[in-house]
Amino acid sequence: MIGLGHYLVVSAILFVLGVLGIFLNRKNIIVILMAIELILLAVNINLVAFSAYLGDMVGQVFAMFVLTVAAGEAAIGLAILVIYFRGRGTIAVDDVNQMKG
Amino acid sequence: MGAGLGREHCRRCALPLSRQPNLKGHDRNVIQTFTFYLFATIVIASGALTILSRNPVHSVLWLILAFFNAAGLMLILGAEFIAMLLVIVYVGAVAVLFLFVVMMLDVDFAEMRAGFARYAGFGALMAVVLLAEMIFAVAAWNAGGVSVASKAAPVDPSVPNIEALGTVLFTRYLYIFEAAGLVLLVAMIGAIVLTHRTRSGLRPQNPSEQNRRRPEEATRNMNPGIGQGVEL
Repeated sequence: MIGLGHYLVVSAILFVLGVLGIFLNRKNIIVILMAIELILLAVNINLVAFSAYLGDMVGQVFAMFVLTVAAGEAAIGLAILVIYFRGRGTIAVDDVNQMKG
Repeated sequence: MGAGLGREHCRRCALPLSRQPNLKGHDRNVIQTFTFYLFATIVIASGALTILSRNPVHSVLWLILAFFNAAGLMLILGAEFIAMLLVIVYVGAVAVLFLFVVMMLDVDFAEMRAGFARYAGFGALMAVVLLAEMIFAVAAWNAGGVSVASKAAPVDPSVPNIEALGTVLFTRYLYIFEAAGLVLLVAMIGAIVLTHRTRSGLRPQNPSEQNRRRPEEATRNMNPGIGQGVEL
């Protein structure tokens, strides 16, 4: 029988994969954004699992808001990426500190 | 009927066959367990391949698979609406946006992998610490258990998931829902403002100016003398 613990372990592994992805792909900001999406997905699984097992609807409502913020974050992040690439011709994160004023 | 279970009873769960124990009882648990392990395995494997792929296009495709299987996990939890939302928003919009950007940017992704081995050890250490902490937390939760004193919005099993979610969302959390809409609006306007560029040197068509143009101001009668040109 599948319990809440199973879902929490899946979500924990997915979260850790996301964090590891940020460390591994330090230079490739697109994969960093994808790793952030993985982290938010893990959070969503956690929220929905708790919502189902505690019999409370609020977890799913909150998961919807996390989804909204994740979509907005991806859009803004990719927009910043596109203008950065347009101005510089590369997306190497190492040079981003040249953007400071 | 005798003391022992006769042929009319299921051998595994002792339910009478007239109650059709095959689908109502144990087999449902088997199906649920199998589905959970299928989705969970694929979601973790594709999550790992997302961060390990050499080609970012492959990363996006693995990310799509991860989202799809996470939607499956949420489906067997009974959260149908969130599962459909995940497929529509993530697979339909966010992942395609990623794919679009990856293919639009002409980047040498091979040199991006330069620091891969350098940060692998530290990253793995960090990941192991995080995972161990989370599993400790889950174990502690299993040992002690948390019970919610009062549920904010208890689930009514007779109401479908979408109806229950909508009832909660449009009554108690209406203002937060509006705020979520505002977040999306700000994100949309921000993305447009950031990526919009006014290019110089273009000569775009201006239809209203063309329509305002009259023959008397557009043509002139000239009478140049012999050997002279027309000066514009």
